[in-house]
Amino acid sequence: MLEIKNLQVSLAEEDKEILKGVNLTVEAGKVHAIMGPNGSGKSTLSYVLSGKDGYEVTGGSASLDGEDLLELEPEERAAAGLFLAFQYPVEIPGVGNMTFLRTAVNAQRKARGEEEMSAAEFLKVVRERAKTLKIDADMLKRPVNVGFSGGEKKRNEILQMAMLEPKMCILDETDSGLDVDAMKLVSEGVNALRDEGRGFLVITHYQRLLDHIKPDVVHIMANGRIVKTGGPELALEVEQNGYADILAEVA
Amino acid sequence: MTLDQVEVKEGVDQETVDAVREVSTYKYGWETEIEMEYAPKGVNPDIVCLISEKNDEPEWMTEWRLSAFERWTQMDEPKWAMVNYPKIDFQDQYYYARPKSMAEKPKSLDDVDPKLLATYEKLGIPLKEQMILAGIEGAEDAPAEGRKVAVDAVFDSVSVGTTFQDELKKAGVIFCSISEAIREHPELVKKYLGSVVPVSDNFYATLNSAVFSDGSFVYIPPGVRCPMELSTYFRINAENTGQFERTLIIADKGSYVSYLEGCTAPQRDTAQLHAAVVEIIIEEDAEVKYSTVQNWFPGDENGNGGIYNFVTKRADCRGARSKVMWTQVETGSAVTWKYPSCILRGDESQGEFYSIAIANNHQQADTGTKMIHLGKDTKSRIVSKGISAGVAQNTYRGLVTMHPRAKNSRNYTQCDSLLIGDKCGAHTVPYIEVKNNSSRVEHEATTSKVDDDQLFYCRQRGMDEEEAVALVVNGFCKDVLQALPMEFAMEAQQLVAISLEGSVG
Ligand SMILES: Nc1ncnc2c1ncn2[C@@H]1O[C@H](COP(=O)(O)OP(=O)(O)OP(=O)(O)O)[C@@H](O)[C@H]1O
Ligand SMILES: [Mg+2]
Repeated sequence: MLEIKNLQVSLAEEDKEILKGVNLTVEAGKVHAIMGPNGSGKSTLSYVLSGKDGYEVTGGSASLDGEDLLELEPEERAAAGLFLAFQYPVEIPGVGNMTFLRTAVNAQRKARGEEEMSAAEFLKVVRERAKTLKIDADMLKRPVNVGFSGGEKKRNEILQMAMLEPKMCILDETDSGLDVDAMKLVSEGVNALRDEGRGFLVITHYQRLLDHIKPDVVHIMANGRIVKTGGPELALEVEQNGYADILAEVA
Repeated sequence: MTLDQVEVKEGVDQETVDAVREVSTYKYGWETEIEMEYAPKGVNPDIVCLISEKNDEPEWMTEWRLSAFERWTQMDEPKWAMVNYPKIDFQDQYYYARPKSMAEKPKSLDDVDPKLLATYEKLGIPLKEQMILAGIEGAEDAPAEGRKVAVDAVFDSVSVGTTFQDELKKAGVIFCSISEAIREHPELVKKYLGSVVPVSDNFYATLNSAVFSDGSFVYIPPGVRCPMELSTYFRINAENTGQFERTLIIADKGSYVSYLEGCTAPQRDTAQLHAAVVEIIIEEDAEVKYSTVQNWFPGDENGNGGIYNFVTKRADCRGARSKVMWTQVETGSAVTWKYPSCILRGDESQGEFYSIAIANNHQQADTGTKMIHLGKDTKSRIVSKGISAGVAQNTYRGLVTMHPRAKNSRNYTQCDSLLIGDKCGAHTVPYIEVKNNSSRVEHEATTSKVDDDQLFYCRQRGMDEEEAVALVVNGFCKDVLQALPMEFAMEAQQLVAISLEGSVG
């Protein structure tokens, strides 16, 4: 589904290479996790895949279901089914959360040539999905992420994901800042979306999340590269021993 | 609150998005081909008399105009606003233009030239006496049977017709063109015309007093709540013709009215002059809401053409506990010079000013308000949202004065500027004068840029760049959009999006 080949990325403003040849394939129906030290390039990878400005791809490729992602505008990648749950969700003052969601859902539907969702249908679906994430009416009415607590913002990201039903979901540290109960809610939200047609790339620092969202594959990223790939046991190893052994092993 | 109470309506909705998509330039730039008659170019006492004669005015009115003209010849154009434009040759303009078919005053709308009716239909202005359905998906508080809006349609220099006059008459409300009011209700016009904006008030207002051709007149008798919204729709069509409309609204004791004003003009390469005067008198316990969506042709993206919009609007809260609320959405015009003001004369009177001013490409807007607190315990509130894009300049200019007698008065001003791109400018010029020690004035101002992270966030969720900008900007304007009547709010949202077309990327 998601195929990243030898992806090399530098900052657009300065001559600094951040991704130094990333290779990664996420198959439909699978959950891949990426772990790795701070500053290793995990968020950068998610931004480059979703088309954020400020990065220059100097080599390699990335495709979703065979379609070249790097050629597309960010909104085209979204319509093609790529979703990023942001590490730091953005606040948009004055724009109601519901309005934002509905605008997004219908923009994607329109881009794909599908029927738009009626107001009534949208309301029904959003209420249902918000409820399972314990997002109350007040949060739906409030401006997007404004004044939301850290955990509320993350739950809101998952609500957006549930509404948009993307093919390929990238979650960037969605677990950070969550209390134990919220972690469960979010994980259940993600697990509910697990499906044979859908792939996940879960960026995290903690095994805790992976207790709930069982990954099929775990990658370790360091210094702009995937340095090791294994099964769920790799996350446990990191949890117990840190990165030192793994980094020493590949050095 | 439960989830069932949530509605999907605030912010940008699909209609907005569609409107943005389908419109790539100024949507009202077409012209009606119709036979016109003009007064000769230029302005002098003969032209003033001619306009007066065309309107069948009594002598006192002609005299009033002539003395205004006399004053005007001694005045200079004001230069203090932050706007630059080529010198206007006041003698190279037409001051009166009317469709030939309007020479005989049509008895009713049925007799009006179909071409004129078609013009308003194309503009989406209802001249049939029909319900306006709010047409807002999911807006559960829109009454199912729709709402009535009475319309006075002004085409160049003349009023084409006014709807719902009979029904309004039953309620005692007078709503007609000002020329008709001068003929039919001279006692009211004599008493109030020029009582809020004196003939010699300023250069443009004085010119308007001499040459105004038409506009709307509203009188709401004591204790009457106007049974429907009133609106005037101004259309400039003729070339090289100035539009000088005059509006007079009187809300007698304990009455209420909500009044809407809309305006558009064809797309032309040469600039056109528009200098209006609006006077509002609000007696004891009365309330007036005045909303404007100003969408005159803004000029093209290189700064050619467009309307020069010099407007004097003022409300006089004469009676105790009287209230006025100005709401304006200024998206059009090449140059805007406009400061709707409130004189808070009555004790406990209240003035509010909500404004969205958008300047894109080469547009220049210098707009704001004056809150003159004269009475005790008076309150005012100013919320101004300025948006600049392209190489536009947008200035908020506001004056708040608390006179010695205006004890215990309050003002709150919030003035926010949003910049799109780095070649435009936003300026805030607040003047504050407090001449007693029991009053309080609060002023808050912010300037921000449309944030790339916000745009990326929206685009990652599937919106294209223009949709994303429209969403963010509409969010920025929300406090003001909420102050508009519902039908207008929808139009305004779309307009916000449309006027920012091409401002990013
Ligand atoms: N726009 C930028 N300007 C300067 N440096 C940048 C920029 N974007 C990324 N970097 C640098 O690139 C490196 C990778 O950053 P990135 O955010 O991808 O790390 P990460 O793996 O997500 O880290 P963390 O676990 O702390 O979230 C860091 O050294 C960071 O400082
Ligand atoms: Mg990161």
